[in-house]
Amino acid sequence: MAHPLIDGAEPGDVIALVGPNGAGKSTLLRRLAAEHQPDVGLVFQDRLLFPHMTALDNVAFGLRHAGLRKHDARQQAREWLERLHVADLAARKPDALSGGEAQRVAVARALARRPRVLLLDEPFAAVDVEAAAVVRAVIRAEAAGRVTVLVTHQPLDVLALANKVAVMEAGEITQTGTVDDVRTRPRSPWIARMVGVNLLKGTATAHGIVVNGTTVAALTDVRGEAFAVVHPRAVTLSNEQPHTSARNAWPGRLADVDIELDRVRVRVQGAVDLVAEITPAAYSELTPTVWASVKATEVEVYPA
Amino acid sequence: MRRLAVGIPAAIAVALIALPLAALLARTPWSTLGEHVTSSTARQALFISLQTSFGALAVCLVLGLPLAWVLARSTAPGRHLLRALVLVPMVLPPVVGGAALLFAFGRNGVIPLRLSFTTAGAVLAGAFVALPFLVLALEAGLRQLDPRYEDAAAVLGAGPWSRFRHITLPQLAPALVAGSVLAWARALGEFGATITFAGNLPGETQTLPLAVYVALQSDRDAALALSTVLLGTAVAMIVALRGRWLTR
Amino acid sequence: MRKAGAALSLALVLAVAAAACGGGDGDLTVYAAASLSSALPQADGVRYSFAGSQQLVAQIEQGAEADVLVTADERTIKRVTADYDAVASTTLAIAVAPGNPKRIDALADLAGSNIAVVLADPSVPIGRYSADALAKANVTVRPKSLELDVEAALQKVAIGEADATIAYAAATTTATAKAELVPIPPEHNVVARYYAAALTDRGKPYVEDLPAVLHKRGFDDP
Repeated sequence: MAHPLIDGAEPGDVIALVGPNGAGKSTLLRRLAAEHQPDVGLVFQDRLLFPHMTALDNVAFGLRHAGLRKHDARQQAREWLERLHVADLAARKPDALSGGEAQRVAVARALARRPRVLLLDEPFAAVDVEAAAVVRAVIRAEAAGRVTVLVTHQPLDVLALANKVAVMEAGEITQTGTVDDVRTRPRSPWIARMVGVNLLKGTATAHGIVVNGTTVAALTDVRGEAFAVVHPRAVTLSNEQPHTSARNAWPGRLADVDIELDRVRVRVQGAVDLVAEITPAAYSELTPTVWASVKATEVEVYPA
Repeated sequence: MRRLAVGIPAAIAVALIALPLAALLARTPWSTLGEHVTSSTARQALFISLQTSFGALAVCLVLGLPLAWVLARSTAPGRHLLRALVLVPMVLPPVVGGAALLFAFGRNGVIPLRLSFTTAGAVLAGAFVALPFLVLALEAGLRQLDPRYEDAAAVLGAGPWSRFRHITLPQLAPALVAGSVLAWARALGEFGATITFAGNLPGETQTLPLAVYVALQSDRDAALALSTVLLGTAVAMIVALRGRWLTR
Repeated sequence: MRKAGAALSLALVLAVAAAACGGGDGDLTVYAAASLSSALPQADGVRYSFAGSQQLVAQIEQGAEADVLVTADERTIKRVTADYDAVASTTLAIAVAPGNPKRIDALADLAGSNIAVVLADPSVPIGRYSADALAKANVTVRPKSLELDVEAALQKVAIGEADATIAYAAATTTATAKAELVPIPPEHNVVARYYAAALTDRGKPYVEDLPAVLHKRGFDDP
């Protein structure tokens, strides 16, 4: 039976296929490639440029097998290499190319036959910034009229290129939707982590959402099994119990912390585990035990 | 200390090969070499040797590549036995091999192809002893290939034959050349199987090794000259391929 | 432990040396023409080396040590020593498969297009004698192969790969490869003589007994 991922998509869709390592994303790509032969292009994780052929002949390979004569195939191949800004490498063999150069040749090779389905397996891994930018631009430009599936670990690619997201965990697709859908309403801890928000799972009531026995106040009409999203920036930390209007406030202990130049993300373990995003200055003033508070209006509840 | 432990046996090994060759060249009658080498015996023997050695190589390639493919890629049980069988001509005394060929394909053979005493028979004798060398080299080469390149070619629309021609074969080239040189050289030098199965007839089945042996009985100078021709042929082949493919 | 290793090495070296000196110093070494391989009796203390006469002489010239040399023609034995005697003789015969299925009666039949003939290479004596006989009978034969010695030719006839060869009459009757003999008339035939020489003193008794031994095996007087 054919996998529905592509059949349910529309021409022009760029679907980011995300998920933890080992979830089966590469395997799924291979299966899709087999199912949509011959109208499919696949950029492998290891690129797999034919080592005994030049870059030009690598790109021309698919064209030759589409029936083009050698001259015409090479001509078109050269055009594709130009699009990927690697035309001057046409005569080089793959072992003489850098990671970014080889990646661009691989993308050209996959696009050369103008396939209806384009599959890319981690195309930006181990690729320099310039090359990645070129590839992104080409993928975007070439998206019209075809379905593109892009396996990636980088949120930047998801945001910059994809209009839809499919989340794959343990061999199964657990969530699909537009980027905004998935971003604002994640349905698995993994995607929530990727997007960088707090995800709570519980039962929605008139008062909010009940998570592990604790009621998190929220304004919602949803009832029953539900998720709730709290952005880290909406979580305020203080050393004493706050007297603000926030109806949600719990004591907790500081746990993992991620310090960057202009912000700090720290996990607070308490009745409800939350990640808070605060300034480095604010962080340096905290005691090991703190109070975390969230306004009810900052808790977004949606059905599971 | 280690240098000596390695260097001395290595030097002895080199001497083991170099000294007999040097002695051969030293005893070669250089003044009469020209007339011996251009004698009709020598020319005929060289022609037959080239014909049968390259013919044997062709047979080995046509039959050996598919066999190596089976050995390298098949998962069927019994392929270990098959490999052992393929190695038998390597360990069998060539005369025994020749006798076996007689009983199989001779006038009264199991399959009476009547190839005994023919040039084709000499080719078959050469192929029999040379095949294991080619098959082993090719099997090793095939095992080293990354099958994912063939997957990539398939996605790009290449069918099985095209994948073989454009992806497998070019990557197999070094092993192919190395195996072919071994097989060709083995067939070139074959003596026992050839004399037993194909016989010894100048102009038909008398290869250079046979001509050398016959000449040794009566005309030592001619034998040395013919040996030099044989040596020269083999060296010419090695020089022609010098490193280009063998050391990729 | 090291002493055991040294002792073992020494034993090994001595064994190799003993083997290299020729197994069994008591054995008499006889180099004889291949055509006599079935005629000369096996005996205790005698080691035979059978090959074409030319090859035997070549080996001796290169330093092989033999006590007795027996060749199938005079030319070869002359190269080794002047002290030799004729010990036996025989004539030639056509050797065919038992039952003579191809009905070969004379040398002229060997020229038939459906007859597969193998001959010995002219570099061995029987090869030259065969050529002489064929010339005398005015017959041109296209052999399938020029075998390196008469035993090999007889083998080919015995297993049916060839229909006929020309061999020594007396030697054939005792050959390991059994063949049937078709006689060659005297006017076409050739007398082949065997010559023997004692290359060492030890070989003298053997050479003296040789004519009688060969006579018993069907060879004619020299």
